[in-house]
Amino acid sequence: MSLFFQLPVVIQMALKGLAVICVIFPIAGACSMAERKVCAWIQDRPGPNRAIPPWFAWMPIVGPALQKLGAFQLIADGLKFLFKENQVPGHVNRFYFVAAPFLAMIPALSTVTVVPFGAYIDPSGHTVPLILANLDVGILAVFAVASLGIYSMILAGWSSNSKYSFLGGVRASAQLISYELSLTLAVIPVFLWINAPGREGTLGLGRAVEFQSQPGFWGGSWFIFIMPVSALVFLIALFAETNRLPFDTIESEADLVGGFHTEYGAFKWGLFFVAEYLNMIIGSAVFVLLFFGGWNPLPWVPLSAVAGWFGLAGHPVVLGFVSVCIFLAKVLFMIFFFMWVRWTVPRFRYDQVMRIGWRILLPLAIANLLVYAIGIALIQH
Amino acid sequence: MFPAIFTFLVLFTAVCAAGVIVCRNTVNAAMCLLLCLVGVAGLFVCLEAYLLAFLLLLVYAGAVVTLFLFIVMLIDVRGGAPRARNPLATVAGIIAAALVVGGLASFWVRGHLAAPAASATPALGASLKAYAYPLFTAYLLPVQVLGFLLLVAMIGVVVLSRKPDPGPKP
Repeated sequence: MSLFFQLPVVIQMALKGLAVICVIFPIAGACSMAERKVCAWIQDRPGPNRAIPPWFAWMPIVGPALQKLGAFQLIADGLKFLFKENQVPGHVNRFYFVAAPFLAMIPALSTVTVVPFGAYIDPSGHTVPLILANLDVGILAVFAVASLGIYSMILAGWSSNSKYSFLGGVRASAQLISYELSLTLAVIPVFLWINAPGREGTLGLGRAVEFQSQPGFWGGSWFIFIMPVSALVFLIALFAETNRLPFDTIESEADLVGGFHTEYGAFKWGLFFVAEYLNMIIGSAVFVLLFFGGWNPLPWVPLSAVAGWFGLAGHPVVLGFVSVCIFLAKVLFMIFFFMWVRWTVPRFRYDQVMRIGWRILLPLAIANLLVYAIGIALIQH
Repeated sequence: MFPAIFTFLVLFTAVCAAGVIVCRNTVNAAMCLLLCLVGVAGLFVCLEAYLLAFLLLLVYAGAVVTLFLFIVMLIDVRGGAPRARNPLATVAGIIAAALVVGGLASFWVRGHLAAPAASATPALGASLKAYAYPLFTAYLLPVQVLGFLLLVAMIGVVVLSRKPDPGPKP
């Protein structure tokens, strides 16, 4: 551990960046696999269950079980994306066409750095969040950098020089900006509440979790119980921002073939796909931190209580591992929820998406903010 | 290492800013503007003004330039062949450029501000409170006036973009 801190800063940063890619990329890949399995279960069919490399087929029980689960389909698909002909159609604006998928990856990978993913207890008894860059402006940084992801869709749609792609790109720019308003307004009550008078002001996500791990009935309850409307608005806006069904009008294969990525194939298409899952993972992580108690296992049961029961307070590495597992379990549940909704609710029409965003969600978010601002002022005054 | 990053960002921002006015293709110009804003945000991060950096990204890079692109694409899908130059516009451009150069030159000659004492600047940039408290106390009036101005502009856009009422349907 101390060896790591003796390395030059540049190498430390490079290692952190590599760690982000090595951890997040496989999760995103596994999510794409899980999506196909979940959708198969919901539609009452087996889903991918054929792919298996020969040396696993020789194993007696484990091999067929993994084959049935479709575990190797992920590798098969990934390799297919890599080895397919990486062609660029002749009628596109080549520079932006190639740049767009990479632009999609940059915000998706860089927002991970300001999201805390676990915690340990230091010798003085404080719970310290595990985070790559502990910034004062936490949630603002997530929103700011994530909002740059829209350019990949617009540029992909524009540079493809095709009607379907172009409509997808135009829809992307309108839809994402519309729902960003509700998304931002929905989290303001949370931060009004946790920046109580007399405290050092912060927009860090770690503080939100810290507030949900206090003793007592109100201290220990997660924000989804205290601010259900905020959570609902945030969740709906998150579906629209991550371009997931039922707000999938940017891709909308029923009327736009493939939306902004109609002209894409092979690895470049795969990058769009991975970026979508990365955005889902980060959105779910932020939702879990703000409304689902972060790394606290249950409402009214903070991590420190668990550490007390099993005597883990003196073992920061073990406790950190436990907290990361709890957090990841919640995030994966949220991703399952995303998939569950996707295969249950049909897609909205584009005008319906706009109407929901501007006429229902935004007034609801503003009313919610006003009510909570007055309530919090009365309580904390 | 950090001075090198700072110098790189300064050059990057300047090149992108030049690109905004040099590029004939409107989409290229908008993308240069985006990169320029990202560069300025990077400069803010180097100066440990994280709040300003992320606000710049959120408001300008994330929303305003997106709308620029949206409008450029709606008006002209191909990114646009520029129109022929209007001689009056050239004269106006020269005057504007002269004003900008003059302003920068006057700043260069006698605009040096005294550096704040090292003890007055906090270690990791000012806290959020340091930004928020003056905004809602000392600078409340300018903030409200600006907000009102934006509201007026918004209402103006709504009025201008409304189609004329075709009258009652027969």
